[in-house]
Amino acid sequence: MNDLQQRPWQTVALVLGFAFLYTPILWIIYFSFSGDLPGGGGSQFSLHWYRALLANTELGDAAYRSLVLALLSSAIAAPLGTLAGIGLAQVERFPGRSIMIALLAIPIFAPEILLGFSFLMLFASAQALTGWSQGKGMLTLVIAHATLGAPIVASVVFARVSGRDRSLEDAARDLGARPLRVLATVTVPLAFPGILSGWLLAMTLSFDDVVTSSFLAGPENTTLPMAIFSGLRVGLDPQINAVGTLMVVGVAAIVGISFAAMRLGLLSSWLRKRPPDQM
Amino acid sequence: MKKRSLTLVERMTIAIPFTWLATFLALPLVSVAALSIHVVADSIPPVAPLFSVSQGHLALHASMRSFQMVFEDPLYFAAFRNALANAALTATGCLLIGFPIAFAIARSPAGRRNLYVLLAILPFWTSFLLRAYAWMGLIRDSGPINALLLTLGIISKPVAILYSPTAVLLVMIYSYLPFFVLPMYAVLEKLPADLLAAASDLGARPAYVFRTVTLPLSMPGIVSGAILVFVPAVGEYVIPELVGNNSTMLIGGILWDEFFQNRDWPLAAAIAVVTFGLLMLPALLLRRRFGQLATVAG
Repeated sequence: MNDLQQRPWQTVALVLGFAFLYTPILWIIYFSFSGDLPGGGGSQFSLHWYRALLANTELGDAAYRSLVLALLSSAIAAPLGTLAGIGLAQVERFPGRSIMIALLAIPIFAPEILLGFSFLMLFASAQALTGWSQGKGMLTLVIAHATLGAPIVASVVFARVSGRDRSLEDAARDLGARPLRVLATVTVPLAFPGILSGWLLAMTLSFDDVVTSSFLAGPENTTLPMAIFSGLRVGLDPQINAVGTLMVVGVAAIVGISFAAMRLGLLSSWLRKRPPDQM
Repeated sequence: MKKRSLTLVERMTIAIPFTWLATFLALPLVSVAALSIHVVADSIPPVAPLFSVSQGHLALHASMRSFQMVFEDPLYFAAFRNALANAALTATGCLLIGFPIAFAIARSPAGRRNLYVLLAILPFWTSFLLRAYAWMGLIRDSGPINALLLTLGIISKPVAILYSPTAVLLVMIYSYLPFFVLPMYAVLEKLPADLLAAASDLGARPAYVFRTVTLPLSMPGIVSGAILVFVPAVGEYVIPELVGNNSTMLIGGILWDEFFQNRDWPLAAAIAVVTFGLLMLPALLLRRRFGQLATVAG
């Protein structure tokens, strides 16, 4: 739709739309550097809330726990989702295919409160029957977050693999490569940009999760979103602005890196004179 | 093409994730369904075992009491109705705000579209709790929105937006907007430009082109976007808890309270089963478009 003229209302829609999306984020950043409570009057630049945050070991511990949880759960979600995405894209029919698609769709659609509650019920039943999962708060959190993340990775990888012709795999096979080698040296590398963006998405979703974690985590393994949530129920806490700004900076860095990786992927495929497949 | 048998590697690419999903996703759902017919007991966990053996007889302790409560107590009916209405309003709001954004992005010069899409997704990558928190500051009585309205003379004293159903709707539309904009954009971007050009060349006015060409062709995007917002929004718990008031209970909050406060696991499970059943229908409409989910995920 290149040759269509830009109409004024389009610019208005974009400006208003992005203003709506970004005002709250700019608000958080602005007030994180102000000495006042949000909504207060005149303010001046201050690192007061960042200093308060540094001294707050409770939030620091929770942030560390959330980071570990995000890294571990996405490290499981990424290979699981990659296998599922590649399997669904390459094996067009197998018994249970529609069940598998439904299972992958559930975590993406279903309200999280239903999922969080269900995870706890599984672990509670397992505990009642076998005693396992007693006091395994962190392990159950990792399993649940990995289960929520894998379908995201699977859908991105699926879109990438199924939209591409399979001549490279055929060539590798004709040249004598074993199936595992074809998977490891052709299919997975070609799907890598999808795997990476799915991985990062699974990581941020885990880092952001409050509902599922609330069901599974005991008081001894409170995550950062849980700590923020319980703080917000009581009222406004300006330290949260500082946390928010740090998180925005972190996310911007992750997105920047993945965007650069995507560009590099495009570049290298162009250097190899391969048409870049759909992004 | 001749049907060949699957290689071991192909079998494993399916079997490994399938086993994981069956164990950690299907099994939890089954255990919730099973729990909903359990009987409450004063123990840990707070339910009586479904079966017990006493004096050589196997006894079954099952009850439909939880479902009876869900269907007979007007409190739960109201919570379901409120949640469905709130989710429908959220989806409508996302349509009204998201469609112009997606349309404007799709009509932008090709070189700028990817940047705009990235800009539309970025907020989704930052903590949604923090964005909800930011809205709490923006809409409170002494916040900038009230200040602006006061300065403009639209209102004479601050309006209480925070802790009202309006606040819930506003923050929910804001939080779910990317789920609508992305599938909508994916459809609008593929809209054949020649068709629109042909319509206007033949003398159709812009409004007529929009109604007879653009809108019918955008329906798949509108439907996927609306479902993708509506289904998770029905069970939303965090946003109503943060910016809503207690007088309008939604089903997510009811489930949470039955579980955490009243420790009535079977009742919470029955609520979950009914919610799940209600949401199956719209979700099934989208099941066949699995690939489209990728446009949402990233």
